[in-house]
Order: sequence, then C-alpha cells, then structure tokens
Amino acid sequence: MHIELRDIRKHFGPVKANDGINLVFEGGRIYGLLGENGAGKSTLMKILSGFQPPDSGEIVIDGQPQRFSSPAEALGKGIGMLYQDPLDIPAFNVKDNYLLGRDRRVILNYKTARAELDEITSRFSFEIDQQATIENLSLGERQQLELTRLLVGGAQFLILDEPTTGISADQKDKLFNSIRKLAWEEGKTIILVSHKLDEVQELCGEAMILRKGKMVGRTPVPCSNEQLVEKMFGQIPLRGERPVYEVGEPVLELQNVRIPTYRLTVENINLTVRAGEIFGLAGLEGSGQQLVLKACAGLVKNDQGRISLAGQDITHWSYQRLRTAGIGYIAAGRLEEGLVAGLTITEHLVLSQPSHKFFIDWASAQKQSEARITQFQVVGRPESLADELSGGNQQRLLFGLLWESLKLILLEHPTRGLDVRSSDWIWEQLYARRNSGTAILFMSSDLDEIIDRSDRIAVFSGGKMSRILDAKTTSVEEVGRLIGGQE
Amino acid sequence: MTMSESQFVLTMASIVFVSMPLIIAVCGEIITERSGIVNLSLDGSMLMAAMTGFVIAYESDNIWAGFLAAMLVGAFFAFIVAFGSIRLRQSQFAIGFVLTLLGDDLSAFLGQNYTRTPGPTVTHFGIPLLKEIPIIGPIFFNQDALVYFTYFLVFFTWFWLFRTQPGLRLRSVGERPEAAFARGVGVNRQRYLYTVIGGALVGLAGAAYSLDVKIGWSDGHIRGMGWIALAIVIFGGWSPIRGALGALLFGATKALASYLQSRFPEVSVVAFNAIPWLLMITVLLLVGSDFTERVILMAPQRMQRPLQRFLRVSPPKALGSTFVED
Repeated sequence: MHIELRDIRKHFGPVKANDGINLVFEGGRIYGLLGENGAGKSTLMKILSGFQPPDSGEIVIDGQPQRFSSPAEALGKGIGMLYQDPLDIPAFNVKDNYLLGRDRRVILNYKTARAELDEITSRFSFEIDQQATIENLSLGERQQLELTRLLVGGAQFLILDEPTTGISADQKDKLFNSIRKLAWEEGKTIILVSHKLDEVQELCGEAMILRKGKMVGRTPVPCSNEQLVEKMFGQIPLRGERPVYEVGEPVLELQNVRIPTYRLTVENINLTVRAGEIFGLAGLEGSGQQLVLKACAGLVKNDQGRISLAGQDITHWSYQRLRTAGIGYIAAGRLEEGLVAGLTITEHLVLSQPSHKFFIDWASAQKQSEARITQFQVVGRPESLADELSGGNQQRLLFGLLWESLKLILLEHPTRGLDVRSSDWIWEQLYARRNSGTAILFMSSDLDEIIDRSDRIAVFSGGKMSRILDAKTTSVEEVGRLIGGQE
Repeated sequence: MTMSESQFVLTMASIVFVSMPLIIAVCGEIITERSGIVNLSLDGSMLMAAMTGFVIAYESDNIWAGFLAAMLVGAFFAFIVAFGSIRLRQSQFAIGFVLTLLGDDLSAFLGQNYTRTPGPTVTHFGIPLLKEIPIIGPIFFNQDALVYFTYFLVFFTWFWLFRTQPGLRLRSVGERPEAAFARGVGVNRQRYLYTVIGGALVGLAGAAYSLDVKIGWSDGHIRGMGWIALAIVIFGGWSPIRGALGALLFGATKALASYLQSRFPEVSVVAFNAIPWLLMITVLLLVGSDFTERVILMAPQRMQRPLQRFLRVSPPKALGSTFVED
C-alpha cells in the first residue's frame, strides 16, 4: 500500500497546524513521526485517519485521490488509527465493544465474535478476558483490543499515537513485537507518533520530523539523538547578552522529592531556586518537569522528600495556603486551569483578591480592572469574558491577576502560542518581578526560551532530573543530549 | 389481615393492569436516554397524548385512531427536544421542562369540552388456555390486548438493546459518541430516531391511561405520572426489565398504601402516599452503597459478575450531552 500526502494544510484560527505537508509512505515499513507538542503531528494524523478534513491538499492511496468523511470510511480504505486514549466504549463488555460497527447483521453473533477475538489475540499473544467490561481493563489491554479491532476491520496502514504512554513495560514489549510482526511479516505500514526518541530509535526504520506545522526532515534511524533533537527544536542561536541578577537567599528548596503517579514516577529531585533567580526546566513533554512544578504549587503530592519555601517546610500544604504564603502559579491550560471562561475581567479580579467581603464594591472593582487592563496591555474591556480574549491576552490577564508581592512564581509554558511581541512583554514582566527579589521556576518546550531566559537549567528525561546546567556556558548540544536521556 | 386467594389474585391482576401504561412510558424513555438524550417533557407529553387520544377516539369512535394520534403527539414533543438540543444546541433539560408546562396547560385548554364524558375503551380479552393456569393465568393473561403488547414491548426492548447490532449502536451513541462515530455510527441520526420512537411510546402510554386504565379525560388527568416514569427509568438502571419490575413494585406499594389507608383511616393519607418514594430512595441508596459491594463479594465467584451487572448500574455516560460531527 502506497500512501502519499500532498500539500496538506490545516488552520485553526491564525494557527497553522499543518502548513503544506508532503509525505510518502511505502508498505511494510515502520515510520516514526516526531515533533514537540503543537508541532502538528496529531492534526496531520487525524486528517489521514478521517477524523477531520484538511483545508486543502489531498491524500492519495495507490494512485487514487481519497476524501474521508469519517474514521470509519478511512478504515474502509485500510487506514486505522490507535489513539492514545483508546476510542472504545468503557461501559461495554469486550465482545460488545468488538462487535460495534463490525457486524452488519441485526442479531449479534457472539459465537463468531469470540472465535475471531481468540484467533487474532493468540496470533499476537495478547491475553484478554472476554467476559470483562472495558472499564476494568488496563490501558494496555484496551489498546490491544483496539489494535485487534482495526486489524480485523482491514487496516493495512496503522497509525499509533503515543502508544506507550501509561502502559506497562511488559505490554510495551508485546506491542512492539506485534508491530514488528505486522510490518515485517504481514507487509503493513506503521506510523509511530511519538516524542520519545528511544522508542523511535528502537522500532522505526525512518523518522520524519515536524516542527511548527512543517516537515523539517526525514532521516533513517537509528541515528544520533542530537540529530533528531536539533531537527525537533531547530537551530538555536545563542544570545550572549542577558540581564545581570543578584543572587539572594534560597527561596525554594526541594530535597529528595519523589512524586509517584500512574504514568510516571519522578524521583530524587534536589533543587534550590534563589531570590532573583530564573530557573528553567527543560525536557520532552511528560518527562516529569510539570509534576515538579505542580508539587511546588500544592496541586500534586510528593510521597517522599521535603519542599521548603524561604526556610519553612511547606510539604503537603494546600494550594490556597501556598498562595497566601507567596507562591504564584500560572498553568499551561489558560482556560482550563487559570481562568473561568464565562466570567468577565472584573469578576476575575474580584475573585483573585486575597480577602473577600460579602458585598462586592463593583464601582471600585471596575476602576481597578480598568487600571490593570492598561497596565498589562490586555486588549479587552472590564466586561469582556475570559474566553473572548485571545491566547496572548488571556496570558496577560493571568499575569495581571498575580498578587503584588510574591516569593516565587511557577510557570508552565509561559509563552506558548504567543507571538514574539507578547512573549517579550511577558518576559519583561518576569524580569521586573525577579529584580524585586522573586524567584522564578518555569518549564517550557521551547529550548530557545529555556537557554535564553534562564540563569540555570535542569533537564528532565523519563522522570529523572539531570545535573544542573549554567545557562551561560551550556550548549544546545549538551541540553539536547540530556533531553534524549544520554549522559 | 388475611386475604383469600381470589382476593390476592384480583389485587395482583389490578397491579399489573394499572402499571401497564407506566411500563410503556418507561420503555420509551429508556430507549431515548440510552441514545444520550433526556426527554424531560414526559409529564406534559403524556397529558397531551392522553387528551388527544381520548378526543380522537371519541370523535372517530375508533380507539386505534386515538392511539395513533397519541403516539404522533408524543413523537412530536420528543422531536422538539431532539431538534432543539441537536440542531439548535439548546439545553435539552430546559426544552423538556418548558414542554412539560406547555403540555399541562395546553391539554387542559384543548380538552376542556371533553371532560368527564364517557368514551370508547379497549375491550377485555382473556387468552384461552393461558388464563387457566392457576394464579399466573388470571394475574397475567386475563387482561386486555394493550397489556399483552406491553409484555412483548418489555422483552423486545431488552432484546433490541442488548442482543442486536442496531441496539449496540444505540447504546454506543449514549455512552461515547466520539467512539461510536469513529466506527461509522451516525450519532445524531440515531439520536433523532430513538428520541422520536421513545416519544411515540410515551404518547402511547398517555393514551393507555385515557382509553384503558383511567378512562376519559379531565383537567390534569394523569398529572405526575410522567415524573414517576422518569424516576423509574433511573430506578430501573436504564434496563427495560428492571424498569418494568420497578413500575410493578411502584404499583404494588401504591396498592399497599391504599390497603393500609382503609385499615387505618385515622392516619393521614399523605403518610401512605409517601411509601413508594421512601422505598425507591432506600433501594437506590442501598444499591449504590459499599454494603452491596460486600454482599456481592460474599456470593459465589461465578455469580459475582451477573450480580454486579444487575445491581450496579450507571447512567449512559453521554446522557444529556451534545455531539458535533466534524
């Protein structure tokens, strides 16, 4: 099966998720599709699997241009996609889930279903309890079922979206073995969408790298991790000039912190951020840096170790208590975690104030809100709703809602999705904060931003933190190596 | 407190008979909710259907025309709910609620010239042979055609939902529409279809009152029965068989209440009327509690799963949501 993507374009508002992508896939091979979050991988794969139509461009299968109006239609043409969160029906039992959309007869034939499931699961040595309900299965088992369903549905071309996130090592081996079997013995084409470099190195014959909606490279793998990292993040010119800062007392200290989660366990985190210091956390998405930030904000709990703020033990304090203690937190999901979609700017201001009276003085709140809007250059009016603002203005509003004097500011992706002017403005604000002695700890998937803005850097890879780098003397190569988990 | 055997049989037969319209309405609403739509207009649409069914049957002197008209009315009310939520993306709860109020007042207005007049009814028809079976026969098979249809409806709805491909598609749409869509199910088409079919059954239930169980029409004739049906759908865990049992249990406690009332006339009527509701709440709380979990775990291994499935029910996950097809 020969698939060609020709000049695929897809825009979401001003964001070019896919900006003219051309790709060719041959049968019997395993491809890796790499790219950081927001590079356009998911969009491209959703287009290919019929989940959404492209704005322009075409999909050509064996010389025939195709248009899919639904994933079912794409599967009919042999293209199947396995989602990170399997698209099954949690409330169904295994057989019902398997039969949905499969059998066309009116009366369900459980006997055939059982036989078919047995046959294919034993071929790939999957072990699935057919009496079970989907919601009682592990993620790995649900994935195996979806894979089974796609194969029986006639998939010749399989897209696997981050398939190893959240499954056990044993299930991962099984999955990789079946992928190899499918490609090498049965001639199927596989695309592994991932940002985990080792998996792509281990499994794929060729890697394709997307950055900011464009194809930026194709390379045979295995190859060096640096080569892939460089393509994923782009060439980074190092700027020498950076504002000087006075190191103050330690503000945030983490000692032997361990954060266990279902997907990833972060261990052995030792970190000190001083007053007036900007500390950057680098790493591929989901390597543990976000967990550390959230632990400092009181949103996830560490089970071992100690976190202290200006000498005081703050381990396991609640988010509200930490806020009062002088920690400001700006989450990556602006509308999901930071703002309330249906509330106005003024209402946000009132909500964010440290103390509340029963009756709200709307007149003065309105005035304050106007003042903040001017000060933080938000394009909007006091009565604008948060979800009417653009991403950049939402971020400005979040900054406008931070309290006056803070000991520590925690940020996730402070400038994601913002244009250069807004990004610079955000950093001016942060520099002003640090000059007044606030410590800043941030994470970003933009290496440029990490190296350019931080004083010191720590790199996360698979839940482990690297040694701490001095931003002035480090190099992109060094950070890239650490991101790839080498050292 | 002794009751002769014939008295017992008579009481049971009347419980079955009186519960019949409720069972029909419950089946209809189960079909609708399984597809992910809540038709909250039941109380109003059953009143409208009861009135329309009676008036049409009275004027045409044909009860079948009356039933047909009632089903159309129920289907139309349900269609408004579906259209408003799917196409206009408005809250289905708000639409359903307003339709409830509308149906109540509109039925009172349109039916005002037909109150307390005698009209046509479904004729009694005992099934030969079957009705001769001791106890069971006179309770279940000495009824009328509508009751027999209800038996069939309960079984058929269950079979359709759990044993057929279209039923599987229907349930998938109410559980996880995006997954259903990915497998080629037309989510909104299914929702329109089953909301309207469910509505037609609700309409039939309304006419089953005015033409069979509570013959005739009066202002606010069966007010409240729609809400009871909605409650039984939840009580029945969105399963037609459990739902039918729930409706019968409701009918039985009602009968018990009126029996107790005649025995203890000094106690307030209101106290006995609350019995069915107290029972329902108790059962729902028990089923959802850890206690039930422990009881299930005490059962033999191979019984645990079926017990779990019967006792532990949860609403369709996508109930009340909207789905936009790309």
